[in-house]
Amino acid sequence: MLEVKNLHVEIDGKKILDGLNLTVRDGEVAAIMGPNGSGKSTLSYVIAGRSDYEVTEGEVLLDGENILEIEPEERAAKGIFLAFQYPVEIPGVATMTFLKASLNAQRKARGDADLSTPDFMRLVRAAAASLEVNPDMMKRPLNVGFSGGEKKRMEILQMALLEPRLGLLDETDSGLDIDALRIVANGVNALRAANRGFLVITHYQRLLDYIKPDVVHIMSKGRIIKTGTAELALELEKNGYRDYVADAA
Amino acid sequence: MAAVQETVDHVKSLDVTEYKYGFVSNIESEKSPKGLSEETVRFISAKKNEPAWLTEWRLDAYRRWLTMPSPDWSRVNHPPIDYQDLYYYSAPKSTPGPKSIDDVDPELLRVYEKLGIPLREQELLAGVQTSKVAVDAVFDSVSVATTFKTELAKFGVIFCSFSEAVHNHPELVKKYLGSVVPVTDNYFATLNSAVFSDGSFVYIPPGVRCPMELSTYFRINEPNTGQFERTLIVADKGAYVSYLEGCTAPKRDENQLHAAVVELVALEDAEIKYSTVQNWYPGDADGKGGIYNFVTKRGDCREDNAKISWTQVETGSAITWKYPSCILRGDNSRGEFYSIAISNGKQQVDSGTKMVHLGKNTTSRIISKGIAAGRSDNTYRGLVSAHRKATNARNFTNCDSLLIGEHCGAHTVPYIEAKTATAVFEHEATTSKISEDQLFYCRQRGLSGEEATALIVNGFVRDVLQQLPMEFAVEAQKLIAISLEGSVG
Repeated sequence: MLEVKNLHVEIDGKKILDGLNLTVRDGEVAAIMGPNGSGKSTLSYVIAGRSDYEVTEGEVLLDGENILEIEPEERAAKGIFLAFQYPVEIPGVATMTFLKASLNAQRKARGDADLSTPDFMRLVRAAAASLEVNPDMMKRPLNVGFSGGEKKRMEILQMALLEPRLGLLDETDSGLDIDALRIVANGVNALRAANRGFLVITHYQRLLDYIKPDVVHIMSKGRIIKTGTAELALELEKNGYRDYVADAA
Repeated sequence: MAAVQETVDHVKSLDVTEYKYGFVSNIESEKSPKGLSEETVRFISAKKNEPAWLTEWRLDAYRRWLTMPSPDWSRVNHPPIDYQDLYYYSAPKSTPGPKSIDDVDPELLRVYEKLGIPLREQELLAGVQTSKVAVDAVFDSVSVATTFKTELAKFGVIFCSFSEAVHNHPELVKKYLGSVVPVTDNYFATLNSAVFSDGSFVYIPPGVRCPMELSTYFRINEPNTGQFERTLIVADKGAYVSYLEGCTAPKRDENQLHAAVVELVALEDAEIKYSTVQNWYPGDADGKGGIYNFVTKRGDCREDNAKISWTQVETGSAITWKYPSCILRGDNSRGEFYSIAISNGKQQVDSGTKMVHLGKNTTSRIISKGIAAGRSDNTYRGLVSAHRKATNARNFTNCDSLLIGEHCGAHTVPYIEAKTATAVFEHEATTSKISEDQLFYCRQRGLSGEEATALIVNGFVRDVLQQLPMEFAVEAQKLIAISLEGSVG
């Protein structure tokens, strides 16, 4: 479903991605691991459409269509979802209001009618219950005063509501205690489906104990330098990135 | 409902012909001479059959106005206004306006459609020049007022045009007119005192809680005409009233002057809540056209335990110069000011409030949210003062500014003067920008840049929106989205 072909990306003239190739198949959970500064977060931002990055070469195809030319909101409507490493606060906007606005904006873009309020509420309640999110949180302004764990759970809740084609998880495990990690991972696992793919970006093997990847990519200096099975992540945990980084250099 | 329908039918039968006559036949005679002179002032006063004392009052204002300099202390720029090039009494158009809805700028119609104003009213707002539409308009507005009157009379509430009040309640007008905003108050208020055309008058008798929201809808229609309305609201002892004011104007290339005066008087234990949604035409993207909105609004908590609350949503006008204020004269009286001021394009806003603490244990609260986009300038200017005798005066002020884009400005100019050591004044101010992070986050979830901006701005102003009556809050939210169109990207 997702094909990244020979992707070159710069920010302020500095090369971050250097001819990256990557494929995520339907139903697949792909993990990307790599040392700091290898370009993992950049990859997720470029796929989602953040404008600070300059794509100098290459393509990102979603179901065969190059999405680099379309706006972030259009990509969202086509099913790209990014769970942010640092979810952004929107003061004064109730979480519920934000969720409804996003969902209906995407439905509108796809030519569907707005969801009725009762239907919407039902969806939200179910998602909140499965992620152990206190319903009172939905009345609070989005992410304002939320703990790190609450913010990450809210990201997964949004993903559950928006039902994307491709879920990009950018270091969703950072800042989570072990209980929160389990809740978040269960949330993601519940969303695994034959018509959905995941790209899970993480530093640590820990998350992958809970979200079992089908494939693990190791990234360094803006390229995928090794691809393997879940075993590869375990090996990394033991030996570190040194061998791979040295190879790439 | 039946009673309302009856009134509507009655008014229709009465006023349609009368107005038609007035509109078509009296055009020439209703036109005042262009320019401002004693003759103009007398002309207006004579047109309204005013008593001699009011004519003199106007002339006195006019003579004082001649000696006053135009104020230059606010952070707004505009070419000097040629007061001799204006009409001071509602004169009909000299050039033909749009003949039907088809001739009206579709952009304008789109805006009204978004506001949820029905088509016939859209025609009206766009200044379509057919007698049928105009008659409907007048019919509509009269019927509303009349319906109110019938209902309100049961409670002893007076709600009528200012001109009617001059004739039917001269004792009240004479007692309160100019008692809050004196004739000599400031350049634009003095000008208004000389030439004001009409406006609203409200009186709530002692102990009466006005059973419905009172509302007036202002519209500047004619080109080359200054609009000078005058509103006077008096809440007698223990009375309560909530008053709503809406403003729009059609699109014109030239600037139009609007210099209104609003006076509120709250006696012992009385409360007045005054809400405004101001959407005068702001001019086009290059700053051409638009209303110069130079307005003096002031409330007097004249006796103990009185309360006056201003809520305003300012989205329109090329220039806004407006400081709704409270004189906290009575002991334990309270003043409030809640404001949302949005500027886009080349709009200039210099707005704020004055809270003048004179009585003991007086309290005031100011929540101001300024949003600047485009190449606009948005200034909050506020005064909080405590007189020597205002022991235990309390004020809390919160001024937040939000910037959208790189070319706008937000300024906060607070003046704080305490002449008693027992006063406690708090002032908080923040300036922030809608961040790229926030925009990207929202767009990643499927919202367009404009939807995202509107959502973030609505969050920013939520504290103030909550102060508005429900219907106005909805309208205000839509207005915010509309007035920020084109501010992103």
